[in-house]
Amino acid sequence: MTTQMLTLNNMERFSSEKALQLAVPEKATANIPEDIKVDVRDVSVYYGEFKALAEINLAIKKNRITAIIGPSGCGKSTLLRSFNRMSDLTPGCRVEGMITLDGENIYGNGVDAVDIRRRVGMVFQRPNPFPKSIYENITFGPKLLGVRRKADLDEIVESSLRGAALWDEVKDKLNQSGYSLSGGQQQRLCIARALAVEPDVVLMDEPASALDPISTLKIEELMHVLAKDYTIIIVTHNMQQAARVSDFTAMMMIDENRAGRMIEYDRTPQIFTNPKDKRTEAYVTGRFG
Amino acid sequence: MMSSNMKEQKKAPNLPARHRVEKIWKGGLFLSTLIGVLFLALLLVKIVNDSFGYMVVEYGLSPNAMAVNGVPVWDLPKEDKVLFLQENITPGRFKKLMKEKPLLERSDKEIKALILQEIAKPKVAQTWTLSQSIFQKSEIQATALQEYPQGELSFKAWLNWDFITSPQSSDPLYAGIRTAIMGSLFLMIVAILFSLPVGLGAAIYFEEFAVDNWLNRLLKTNINNLAGVPSIIYGILGLAIFVRLWEPVTSGAILGGVEAATINGRTILSGGLTLGLLILPIIIINSQEALRGVPFTIREASYGVGATKWQTIWSHVLPNSIPGIMTGAILAFSRAFGETAPLVVIGASTYIVYDPASIFSKFTALPIQIYQWTSRPQDEFRNLAAASILVLLILLLGLNTLAIYLRNRYRRTY
Repeated sequence: MTTQMLTLNNMERFSSEKALQLAVPEKATANIPEDIKVDVRDVSVYYGEFKALAEINLAIKKNRITAIIGPSGCGKSTLLRSFNRMSDLTPGCRVEGMITLDGENIYGNGVDAVDIRRRVGMVFQRPNPFPKSIYENITFGPKLLGVRRKADLDEIVESSLRGAALWDEVKDKLNQSGYSLSGGQQQRLCIARALAVEPDVVLMDEPASALDPISTLKIEELMHVLAKDYTIIIVTHNMQQAARVSDFTAMMMIDENRAGRMIEYDRTPQIFTNPKDKRTEAYVTGRFG
Repeated sequence: MMSSNMKEQKKAPNLPARHRVEKIWKGGLFLSTLIGVLFLALLLVKIVNDSFGYMVVEYGLSPNAMAVNGVPVWDLPKEDKVLFLQENITPGRFKKLMKEKPLLERSDKEIKALILQEIAKPKVAQTWTLSQSIFQKSEIQATALQEYPQGELSFKAWLNWDFITSPQSSDPLYAGIRTAIMGSLFLMIVAILFSLPVGLGAAIYFEEFAVDNWLNRLLKTNINNLAGVPSIIYGILGLAIFVRLWEPVTSGAILGGVEAATINGRTILSGGLTLGLLILPIIIINSQEALRGVPFTIREASYGVGATKWQTIWSHVLPNSIPGIMTGAILAFSRAFGETAPLVVIGASTYIVYDPASIFSKFTALPIQIYQWTSRPQDEFRNLAAASILVLLILLLGLNTLAIYLRNRYRRTY
């Protein structure tokens, strides 16, 4: 409710600023279209003095899967981690520019990173369940939000696990440790854990890179299902994976100063069949990277 | 050319020399180990050697000669034994014994011990070590017969249950270490209650909250250095602060019930706080290490679902580092358990007959007891000291075993 109010307020602000746009170009935060969930404007990320990302622009569509690809060290993960302010945890990391979630600047004054992370869930490269039971893994997030009743928690556990296509495999052993599961199951448990706090956006940082091909396939199938309800942003090394799962693809690369830049951003088929940039073409056809 | 040469030779020419060097190193390393183990074994042998062995006891009045109307006193019913006791000791002494605990309420065994102690008045004439007792048995028997014809030769285990459960006494035959063990126990409880929460709290602050600036770096460096400060310095600190400055608190006067004349800060509270201070840096460092051992991925996962920093620490970092924290803390406590110097400085009592009643009691501790007994001239006290060292070593070994068990039991792979 509050979120919606904030969003409305911002929208009003944006429309009132519209008249001033020409006069004040640096505030050119034009109306963000309805279907854009996360809008990235001129974002640069620094580690101390080092500029790791330079002037990134990206508009992430709602309920779509957006893949971020590029060679190692080009700042894909850095960009992803700035979407839910996980970058705050890295000492010396600084984000410039503006990232909006539903029109609200997540780096704005008075915005709580803790709340942003609830709304923008994250799945990490290596499955990292808590060393607790499957049940407790899921309920940790909802409990933080004040859900206490056993019946409510049970319901959340079931719906989250169903959402992550894991329910049938674990429903009889909810009290076993999350570590007793296989790698692929652990990763789906982590997805379920992220879903349990009802986020709008799910960030996935190479979610299948530590998994075998069958588990990878399951995660990819799951992503298609999840895209109905969530906006998904995935970082991947695997170009086939990007081609298979994503609707949009952003191609990144480092420039001569070792800063990551956005090279090209388009619909996925476009990127893989008819890229505009030569470097993108070279990368997706496997000529380098 | 070169490579074809190498191929023709089946072995590199310097291979035997390289193996020889390895052998020399291996031998040297083994020797170092051997030296260490040897000295440890020597220490243990020496202590065990002193803890057991023959002794000759001479009686003021032979227990075998004690009889009433021809019946040995040991066969009389309890009431008659008490009567016998009353007739053979001074009325003053009898009154004192009655005051401690009415004689008829004591068990038959206790009365027997009293008769032996009060009337037979045994006295250790000479003791032998365990090795002498084994290898020179006949000579010992001859000496005993020759020099102490009235004496009674027997094999004495100085370390026995009575030794552990009896209070301190000036008579080596009846001296025990119960008061010392109780004193040590009370000290440890105070030290743990003080140093564990404070140390863990500081460790959490440093590891999770403190920003990396020069002040915090200075503090961290200082704590690391404090862990290396000699324990006697902590004793002086304890004397100045706890015993003298805080005397109204540490003597219990602030709570009332202490006579002004006996006000004295040399209490269990002072000792425990001093020992707590001594191990505080160790606990901080060990706890920091344990907290650092919780992988970042766990923290990330917690932040990722919208947990605050404290929720992350409380729900994930602390539970996962508890085994490491406990292991470190137990090792720190075992260090405090064996500390003597600071207790000497703050003024632990050496002769305490009663168990400590509260944290405001005067106290003695196991290492203090050992120190005091080794400085006595009589041989028997050396045997007592050896026996108490064995007890101390067994307790310390138990603590360390517990620490290792905890470490292995809860070791986690992420």
